[in-house]
Parts: sequence; structure tokens; C-alpha cells
Amino acid sequence: MSYEYIGITVLWFFLYGYLIVASVDFGAGFFAYYAKLTKKDHIINKLISRYLSPVWEVTNVFFVFFFVGLVGFFPDTAYYLGQSLLIPGSIAIVLLAIRGSFYAFESYGSKDNSVYMFLYGATGLLIPAALATAMTISEGGFIEETANGVHLMIGKLLSSPYSWSVVLLAIVSVLYISSMFLTYYAHRADDGPALEIVRKYALFWSSPTIIASLTTFIALSQHNPEHYQKAIDLWWMFGISVAFFMIGLFLAYQGKYYGWAFIAVMFQFFFAFFGYGASHLPYILQPFVTITSGATNETMGVTLIIAFVAGLFLLIPSLVMLMRMFLFDADYVKGKK
Amino acid sequence: MFFEDSVLMSRLLTFLTLGFHIIFATVGVGIPIMISMAEFIGIKKKDPHYTLLARRWTRGFTITVAVGVVTGTAIGLQLSLLWPSFMQFAGNIISLPLFLEVFAFFFEAIFLGAYLYTWDRFKNPIFHWLLSIPIVIGSTLSAFFITTVNAFMNSPRGFDVEEGKLTAVEPFAAMFNPATPSKVFHVITSSYLTSAAILATIAAFIILIKKGTTYHKKALKMTVTATFIFAIATAVAGDSSAKYLAEYQPDKLAAGEWHFETEKSADLVIFGTLNENNEVENEIRIPGALSFLAHGDFDAEVEGLYETPKDERPPLWIHYMFDLMVSIGFYLVGISMLFLIFWKVKKWNEYNKWLLTGLAVIGPLAMLAIEFGWIYAEVGRQPWIIRGFMTVAEGATTSPYVGLMFLLFLGLYMVLGIGCIVVLRKIFKNNPAELELESRYPNVKESDKE
Repeated sequence: MSYEYIGITVLWFFLYGYLIVASVDFGAGFFAYYAKLTKKDHIINKLISRYLSPVWEVTNVFFVFFFVGLVGFFPDTAYYLGQSLLIPGSIAIVLLAIRGSFYAFESYGSKDNSVYMFLYGATGLLIPAALATAMTISEGGFIEETANGVHLMIGKLLSSPYSWSVVLLAIVSVLYISSMFLTYYAHRADDGPALEIVRKYALFWSSPTIIASLTTFIALSQHNPEHYQKAIDLWWMFGISVAFFMIGLFLAYQGKYYGWAFIAVMFQFFFAFFGYGASHLPYILQPFVTITSGATNETMGVTLIIAFVAGLFLLIPSLVMLMRMFLFDADYVKGKK
Repeated sequence: MFFEDSVLMSRLLTFLTLGFHIIFATVGVGIPIMISMAEFIGIKKKDPHYTLLARRWTRGFTITVAVGVVTGTAIGLQLSLLWPSFMQFAGNIISLPLFLEVFAFFFEAIFLGAYLYTWDRFKNPIFHWLLSIPIVIGSTLSAFFITTVNAFMNSPRGFDVEEGKLTAVEPFAAMFNPATPSKVFHVITSSYLTSAAILATIAAFIILIKKGTTYHKKALKMTVTATFIFAIATAVAGDSSAKYLAEYQPDKLAAGEWHFETEKSADLVIFGTLNENNEVENEIRIPGALSFLAHGDFDAEVEGLYETPKDERPPLWIHYMFDLMVSIGFYLVGISMLFLIFWKVKKWNEYNKWLLTGLAVIGPLAMLAIEFGWIYAEVGRQPWIIRGFMTVAEGATTSPYVGLMFLLFLGLYMVLGIGCIVVLRKIFKNNPAELELESRYPNVKESDKE
């Protein structure tokens, strides 16, 4: 495998990691606010904050990793995406900034401030929507290159059915992933009342997830038939994804093996996400940047990969330590520490 | 109108974001080492005062880290959004340390989460202290990596350009360029210094206003001692930076010092004004001192600004940035030394009102010095974004909406700044140290003075 492919695979793994951990975080923010509105916050919000407090900064780093890595491996994307994404990118930054800092203000400073809670809940849905736009743009057709430089055609983006179907898919996926995780977490915490609520959320959001996925496929076939055809050639990836969806849903419905159910959800998104990514190639940003034309020089590419592997040796043990302390430490999860 | 000038607005927005972020970044690099030291002293001396210091500093630190993280994310993305051509070019050469910086931060964030939530989990407190070490290493390494990128912009190395194409890229040569050692040294020491000074300000302020207890006095002694040590280190680092400039960026040094003609035994010009003929007036002049600063020799020749082509000279007002930074640096050394002398001389009272007042301002002053120094470093590189290869104007976006984004971010930073202050006040006002000491360590008596 050449260094470009290793690079994009590494980045895609990080984006996948971000997809999972950030979805848990974003959805939890929404659920926390929803629970407050429906006066159920006393049941589930402790559970949510016990998980989120130690890990939100780590979640954020997954994202930073992705875009710094993208600029490192494929510097041309900095030019095209940077030029065209000034407005949506800035809005995403502002939302992320408000969310992160107000989360910290709320959890370390003033407890149960309803403005903070609202911001936290609202940004939980708006950020995935804003970030999903970058995915949409990468399909091509929304950026023009003129003598004055590169520009985003905002009107076209806002009137595209494909663009909206991606936004919808992002939001429902976030809610589905998050509620499935919280179901597992509530189960571990032996928190019966919370489990009942979040399990209901999970079952509720399952069918919209699959419907939104199908809608997005249909919209893609209209917007970018070439990409759609490549995705169809990888039909088995999406088939496996659907199979894992069924497994996860079945287990959650049965009310057993919540851990396995969440792992099934992770696989569901893994196959769908990598199927999408693989069919997207060779383009990174259609039609301007391909995996070969946009790649950095070989020396830098190889150096980055070495740095990455070295970094993993440091990170994986640390992440395992963090997870053992907060995710898999039964006493902590149950609130005894 | 200037609002439509995308180059100028890109500069202003970057100035805004970095000017705000640098406050939290500086604290983020320096506070961990102070927390770690306090916790360690607390364990070694079995003195709960120091442990409580570490705990309370950590609590404030989490708030500033949160703002630092989100503004750091902002600048990370803005580099591409506002400077797409720069990032496209520089990404090929200097992305290694950018990438590593994220690793270092990742590492720090993991251990920070662990450190925050495990104060009472371990039987032996030294294990909790050990968790602080990766935080110190991670935050300092972050500073190191990101500073190498800035160093690269000042002295680009590790590549060739042949017919408009990049060749022979050497990531490590780019990272370890001539500006790296002095810059990294200066950034890290001044971050440590500023953090110690801010903590000293808090202690001095409370003793001044509310008399303070043993707890606050111990805090003051520890933080002022640290301020003194880091201030000396920063002075040494600053000196090495000047010597770097003299050798590799003489135009930046010359503009900062208002040194126009190349000459031997050059005078150091402090403050002053320029008349219409670019002649210096009203200044303080130290004979030969610039030669000494630049080359360690009072007779050495120092290159003047007129050697640089006119359109490549940085603006002359950076002279004041330099002088203000250095003046504050000297003040920090002086006042912290004075306190140490008053403390060691038994007959003198180190808690006298004047000394405390003098110490109560060092935190904000040190932070100002950071801002001045940073402005000097960045504006002094003008008109270049990568010295000798790309100008700021060439690197900027051509999007016409930067002015609008400037307003958006101005609003964001106002909200973040106010939120940060409100929350910090709330945390500490409702929970003064005396009360917390009593509730956590009921066995410690106020009579427990040294």
C-alpha cells in the first residue's frame, strides 16, 4: 500500500473514531436537555455527566487530529476547503467553542444553569449538521474555481436534496449512536430507571437511522451517479452494515447484551462509513483533489506515518487507562467514586 | 472600506484569535508545572496547605483549559480558512510538528481527565501526583511543537524550490531550524513565568485585601520564588533570542531597536520617539549595549535596517512592543527578588503593603509582556508569512466574507471571556480556601504556622 492510501486510511479511522465518540457526546447533550424539558433530568443526567466529564476534551482531539492530519497528508485540501469553507467552517468553530467551553463552565462551575443546558443541547444537533456539510461539499458540484480563487456556491448547497439528506442522516445517526451507548452505560451502572428511558430513545431512533441512510443513497444517485455506482459495487460493505444494524436492534429490543448491541452499532457505522469512504476514492474533494494529485511529498508522508505509529504507542495505553478508570470501572460508573 | 480587504481582515482575525488564545495557551503550558510542584511539596512535607493549593489551582485550571482547547481548535481551523495558500505550501514542509502537537495535546487531555477525577482514589497520594507528570510533559511538548512551526515561518529550512516546485523536503530540518532553540526556550520559560506570576498575583491580592491566612502566605512564597527563577530563565532565553535575531533576522532586530545604520559599538535605544526624518528623539541611550545584546561584545558591528530593501522592512512601531516587553521582564525580576530579600532578612516584613501592591500586578503585567512579545515577533516578520518565500498577502484567502467572520468571532471571544471570568469568580467566591481547608482537613489548625 502506498503512503497516500495509508494516510487516508489513518485519517478515516480518526474520523470514524470521532463519529462514534462525538455522536455519544452530541446526542447526550441533546438528551440531557430533552430530559430536563420533560422533567426526567433527575433520572438520567447524572449518568450522562459521569461519562462525559472526564472525556469531552479527548473527543475534541479526535476532530483536531483529523483536520490537522488532512492538511498534513493532503495540503491541497487546505487550499480548496479553506477557501470555500470560510463561513460554514467558522460557524462550526463557533458552535464547537460554545459547546466545549460551556460544558466546562456548567460541569465545573455553575451546576444546572438552564442557558448552558440549552446551548449544550442545541449545539449537539447543529454541529453534526454543520460538519456534515463538509462531506456534502466533497462530492463536488458545490465549489467553483474562477480567476478570483475558489468559492462555495451557497445557494446551490442550500437547495440540494442531497445536502439536506446528509444533514438529516447526521442528526439521526448521532441520536441513535448516543442512545445505544447510554443504554449500555446505564445497564453497567445498574441504573434501572435511566436504562428504561434511554433504551426507549434507542429503539425510537433506530428506524429513522435506516430510513435516512436509504434516502441519502437515493439522493446520492441523483447528485453524483458515478459515486453512487462505485458504492453499489461495494454493496456487500453496506449489506454487512445493515446486518449489524439488525443485530444491534435485536439485542437492544431483547433487553440483553447491551454491550454487544453497542458494538454491533459500531460495526454498523464502521462498514457504512468505510464503504462510503472507499467508494469516494480516488477523489478527496471532487474534482479538484484526488488522493494522488493532492498528496504531500513522499518524505513528509512517510515521516507522518512513522510519527503516527510512534504516537499510537503512547496513546493506546493512555486511552486504555482512561477507559478502565471511567468506562469500565464498575464503581465509578455506578457513582461510588 | 478596509472591511472588504480580505488580507487585512485575515490578519486582524488571526490577531484576534491568537491574541485571545495566547492567554489561555500560556496558562495552559505553565499552570500544570505549578500544580505539580505544589502537590509534590504537599506530599513531601505532609502539608495539606500545598495539597489544597494544587486542588484549587486545578479547579481554576480546568476552566481555562476548556477555553484554551476551543480557541486552539479555532486557530487550528482558521489557519486553513484564512491562510489557505500558506497552509497548502507550508503543509508540505512543516506539518510534522503540527501533527505531533495534536498528539502531545491528546496525551495531555487524557491525563488531565484522569487527574481531575481521581484525587481521592489512591491510597498512596504519590500515584495521583504521578498523573500530573504526563500533563506537564504534554503541555510543554505542545508548546515546543507549535513554536517550531512559528520558528519555521521566521527561518524556513528543509526544502528547495525549483521552478516553482517543492523539492528535497526534510521535515526534521524544517522543524529544527535556526530559530527553534531560542524561540522554544523563550516561549516555554515565559509561559512558566507568567503562570507563576498570575498565581502570585492572586495570593498577594488576597493578603492585601483580606489579610490572608497561612495558606495564602505559603502560596505567595512559593509562587514568587517560582516567578523569580522563571524570570531569570526568561531573561536568559530573551538574550538568546536577540542573538538569534542578530544573526538570522537582522531586520527584525534593527526595526525593534530603531537601529538604522550599520555600525560598530551600537547604542541601545530605549523608548523615545521618531521625528519626520526618522531621527530618534527623547530616548534613553545605553552606549554599546545593542552590540552587546546582539553579539555579546560591546564593540561588535550590528547590521542596520537600511541594509534591508524598503518594501521588506517591518513597521517601526514594534520598537515599543520590544521595550515594553523587556521593561516588564526587568520589573518581574526586580520585584520578586525584593520579596525574597525581605523574606530572608528576618527584621524586614515581606508582607508590607508596598511590596504586596507591587506583587499584586505582576500577573497581568506578565501576560501583557507575552502579548507585546508576540506582537513584536509576528509584526517584526512582516511583510513575510514565510520569510523570503511568501508574503502575508500571498498567503491569505480571497473570500470577501472575512470581515463578517471577524465580527462573529469578536462576539464569541467576548462571550467566552466573560463566561470564563464569571465562572471562575463563582467557583472561588462561594468556596474560600479557609472553609475548604476546614472541611477537607479538619485536623489542620490555624496555629500551624511555620
